Amino acid sequence: MIFVVALVVLLPFLAAAAGLLASRLRTGREAPGDRAAYRRAAWFAIAAATASLALTVWLVLVLTRGAVPAGEGRPFWTDLLPGRLEGTLSVVETGSVPVAVSLRADGLSVLAGMLVVVVALAVQVYSVGYMRDEPRYPSYSAFVSLFTSAMLLVVYAGDLIVLYVGWEIMGLCSYLLIGHWWEDRANSRAAVKAFLVTRLGDVGFLFGVFTLGIAAGSFRIDDILRADIPTGTAVAGTLLLLAGVAGKSAQVPLQTWLPDAMAGPTPISALIHAATMVAAGIFIVARLYPVFLGAQPTLDVLGVVAAVGMLGAALAALAQDDLKRVLAYSTISQLAYMAAALAAGSDRAAMFHLVSHGAFKALLFLCAGLVIHHAGSNLMSHMGGLRTAMPVTFWTTTIGLAALMGLPPASGFFSKDAVIAAVEHSRGAAQPFLYASALLTVGVTGAYATRAWLRTFFGPARIEPLPEPPPGTAHVFDGREAPRSMLWPVGVLAVPALLLGFAGVREVDWGSAAVSLVVALLGAGIVYALWRGAPDQDPARMLGPFQAPCERAFYVDALYAALIVRPVLRLARGVVRTDAKVVDGAVRGSGRATLGLSTLVRLAQTGNAQLYVTGLLAGLLLIAVAAVVLT
Amino acid sequence: MSALPAVLLAVPLLGAAALALPVFRGRSTSAYGIAVSGAALVLALVVAAVFDYRDAGRIQLGLDVPWSPGLGLRFHLGVDGISLPLVVLTALLVFLCFVHLARHRPEGGRPRALAFTLLVLEVGMIGTFLALDLLLFFVFFEVVLVPMYFVIAIWGGPARRAAAVKFILYTLLGSALLLIGLLVVWAQTGTLDIADLAARHGSGIPRTAQVLAFLAIGVGLAVKTPMWPLHTWLPDAHTEAPTVGSVLLAGVLLKMGTYGFARIAIPVLPEGAATLAPWLGAFAVVGIVYGSLACLAQRDLKRMIAYSSVGHMGFVLLGFATLTPVGMNAALFGNVAHGLITGLLFFLAGAVKERYGTADMVRMGGGMLRRLPYIGSLLTFACVASLGLPGLAGFWGEMLALLGAFRPAAALSRPLFLVFMAVGGLGTVLTAAYFLVMLSRVTHGRPTETVPAGPPLTSAEEIREVLGPGEPVEPVATGTAVAEVEEPARPTWDVTGHELAAWLPLVALTLAFGLWPKALLAVTTPAVQAVLGQGVTP
Repeated sequence: MIFVVALVVLLPFLAAAAGLLASRLRTGREAPGDRAAYRRAAWFAIAAATASLALTVWLVLVLTRGAVPAGEGRPFWTDLLPGRLEGTLSVVETGSVPVAVSLRADGLSVLAGMLVVVVALAVQVYSVGYMRDEPRYPSYSAFVSLFTSAMLLVVYAGDLIVLYVGWEIMGLCSYLLIGHWWEDRANSRAAVKAFLVTRLGDVGFLFGVFTLGIAAGSFRIDDILRADIPTGTAVAGTLLLLAGVAGKSAQVPLQTWLPDAMAGPTPISALIHAATMVAAGIFIVARLYPVFLGAQPTLDVLGVVAAVGMLGAALAALAQDDLKRVLAYSTISQLAYMAAALAAGSDRAAMFHLVSHGAFKALLFLCAGLVIHHAGSNLMSHMGGLRTAMPVTFWTTTIGLAALMGLPPASGFFSKDAVIAAVEHSRGAAQPFLYASALLTVGVTGAYATRAWLRTFFGPARIEPLPEPPPGTAHVFDGREAPRSMLWPVGVLAVPALLLGFAGVREVDWGSAAVSLVVALLGAGIVYALWRGAPDQDPARMLGPFQAPCERAFYVDALYAALIVRPVLRLARGVVRTDAKVVDGAVRGSGRATLGLSTLVRLAQTGNAQLYVTGLLAGLLLIAVAAVVLT
Repeated sequence: MSALPAVLLAVPLLGAAALALPVFRGRSTSAYGIAVSGAALVLALVVAAVFDYRDAGRIQLGLDVPWSPGLGLRFHLGVDGISLPLVVLTALLVFLCFVHLARHRPEGGRPRALAFTLLVLEVGMIGTFLALDLLLFFVFFEVVLVPMYFVIAIWGGPARRAAAVKFILYTLLGSALLLIGLLVVWAQTGTLDIADLAARHGSGIPRTAQVLAFLAIGVGLAVKTPMWPLHTWLPDAHTEAPTVGSVLLAGVLLKMGTYGFARIAIPVLPEGAATLAPWLGAFAVVGIVYGSLACLAQRDLKRMIAYSSVGHMGFVLLGFATLTPVGMNAALFGNVAHGLITGLLFFLAGAVKERYGTADMVRMGGGMLRRLPYIGSLLTFACVASLGLPGLAGFWGEMLALLGAFRPAAALSRPLFLVFMAVGGLGTVLTAAYFLVMLSRVTHGRPTETVPAGPPLTSAEEIREVLGPGEPVEPVATGTAVAEVEEPARPTWDVTGHELAAWLPLVALTLAFGLWPKALLAVTTPAVQAVLGQGVTP
């Protein structure tokens, strides 16, 4: 049975290998019109994703047959999928705590795994149209497959080191795909930044794994959850893990890479930078939740991080002109909601919001891709009035934005309500701060979602056909809605984005739901009123003097450049100088000193026999005197 | 008693001797070199095949005959889990170097002399890993220096003479210290047999003598490794050496230093090791950070890879310094991984230099992925492997070294090693930084014209001069230095079949050990546990 889980993980990996190695076999090299390689790569990618999806569905069916454990307070995934599969393929002795190459499938992992394969399949199908004339499509689709495999490894890993392997490979795929259009230096820099910032967090994550693993005597997740870890160790370990969570899930203070990561192709933003990889941080906290519950200081830190991040990112989203950057900041903000739920003690609400956010944010990004594909620009100031030209996109985007704002009956209404209710009823040191921030953010979310909706689909049309596609855009304006292969995934994703919430309809806290609904509508109403006054102007002007700081995301990037990047580069130049002058200078100096010494000694070698004999006699005399005096 | 190790040494030695025959005068030696080194590789694989993996901690295939009875010297060879991977790695890299040479005539001419030199080098390298007698080890250790000196001095770049002299004088100085240390051990115990000495776990040698001997042996080996601050011979030697020289220098010669720690310094002198391990660890982590920072500001591709070796060897030494089984495993794994990955990197750097006519990153311009897509992709792969991505071989050495530092041997100070671990962790971020910045500079961007040889920027010193204060290292700066062109004028050809034949084994092994680390750890773990004994295991 465990081999089915292994197959779910391995199939996309094999597709990646095949896509990289086999798609260009006997088809010639790098020719832009290389349709055979293109088709073959698409088949590899889509077939593997479909097979993984089918096997995941089968896993769901197997797990529903398990016995529901008794007792109250268990999360909903245990109710839905009570069974579990587990297996160890091999144990690697390291000389210390061994690494068990083990996989486990239970309710939590199958829930997250389902999200991954559904979004991955949708993105692969969508990319066929989006990347139609892209010469490097085979490597692109292979990297997406590799990413899918790595994320599934994270989800199904039974051992923290195995999980870490998948965790880092995801980072690599993110790097490769953000830098897909590497001709542009800005994309290349964004890719490097994403990798380095997340890697910085991952070092902390690895040390956290060490702390928990050594304390429990095993890296297996089950053993760690079962082990009796002292509170101090648990706090230290979970705080270190939190560094990795902040890196991957783009939380304060490591959030700066995510907006820049939008330099990648839009389907990548949908898959990696909205629905799945960035949610991995939340997933890992949920996976190890019993350990986190035993470390209250960590949860308080998480709460503060979430409170700062959700409001700051929402304000930044309100001032952006680039549609994808609006969505990127909104991703940071929504991930902070999940973190807030975790800090408030409800992994249920966090996972509920993770799944519904995965669906609606992937939908929003794919819609944004359609809009960008159509308009030939990322900037909302170049869009407007697209409602009539793109009816399907308009309605699906509306569903996505309604879910983002938390309007009923879209999924976001239920999941966000679960989060806010959990925060409201929690008792932590950071609770008042967190609750206030969460409610304020609901209002700001309503405002920026409405602004994006109005500026894209309403008002005067501002589209001008571009003469040449600039790098980073797939197509020029052609006046039609996108091809069917791009519309289908969007339509399919709109269904869960709209309906998924009803899974949690029984647990709605109607009081807090009403409050947040009013706040969201208030934010939306202010923007609408401003927009009605002047449809061709940006409603973000209501921020007044704060608009510039919000647009620059409060200058965090500039701060890091001044405090970290430039000093490190200066230090590097200093090291090179020191190496040449001091370290190697000492070596060369010793050589010169030896030569100098030899010149001195050479002075004695004159070839003059008289001098030699004089020296000899002087020596004899000295010895004789010494013999007499000393004896 | 087995003759296999002796045959493994005899094949390259006789092969080299036969090259002196007049038959080879004026004829191509490439096929001959491939045949001899291939035979040595097959023999190394036979050794690996007959090796009993259930008992990897025991010395197997031993050959022990008197050599100089008056001095008590014995010709004692054998393999165990520590040396076996390195023996196979050496045979493989030498073979791949000959495959590479088949299509790349050495720049200095005299291919027959180069083949001879490389085969003698192989004898010395494999002998070092097989030797089980202190003096025999030393002899092989020294045998290696001479051919490597000639490789650099005859077939090297423009500043080869100075680099070769620096290389041989510096490493000879280290060898002198090593010899003194070995003699101290001999004077205290009266035996030169490594297996015998290791089994005693230091009993019979007083503490002071152990510390002195460890200091002398350790510094001698640290020059070879190289450990910061004894590393400055390395960048010059690598920058000037021809491709095969760089590959063997990084792939095998550096490993002889670290192998000495695992084979002699730590097992024979455990108390000395326990006393000096904090210093070793401190120098190791300084080397990690220092090497990474030096890489970040390099302009020359080969020089950058050379400095990256300082950082990677820092992780290996950190593993040793923990004196734990996991740390020793980390060091041995890191050794093999570094040999594979840095060997590949130097092959690639050589190929790049051959096509662009320069290894200066600013001169080269960007857009390699457009101009040379296959070489650019392989370079990306090798860099990603070298920065320690999980799933590739480089990761396990680094991760296990940090894990060892998390909980060092009981005799060592834990807070100190936690600091080492944290600094080493920062070093991994810096390692990623310089590799990615290099990739971004060289492989990304629009294809630009390579700056032709203008004012000479050839010697290492001049490159350092250019990189004075105020010189920006941001990749943006290249935009002003090089003009963008539609189609680069310099015609370049992408990867050739011969190059792939030389590189793909390294790629495959990097992947294999990365995805299945057990293949290597299962061999080294029993050996490491046998070496550390009961005395120092936590």
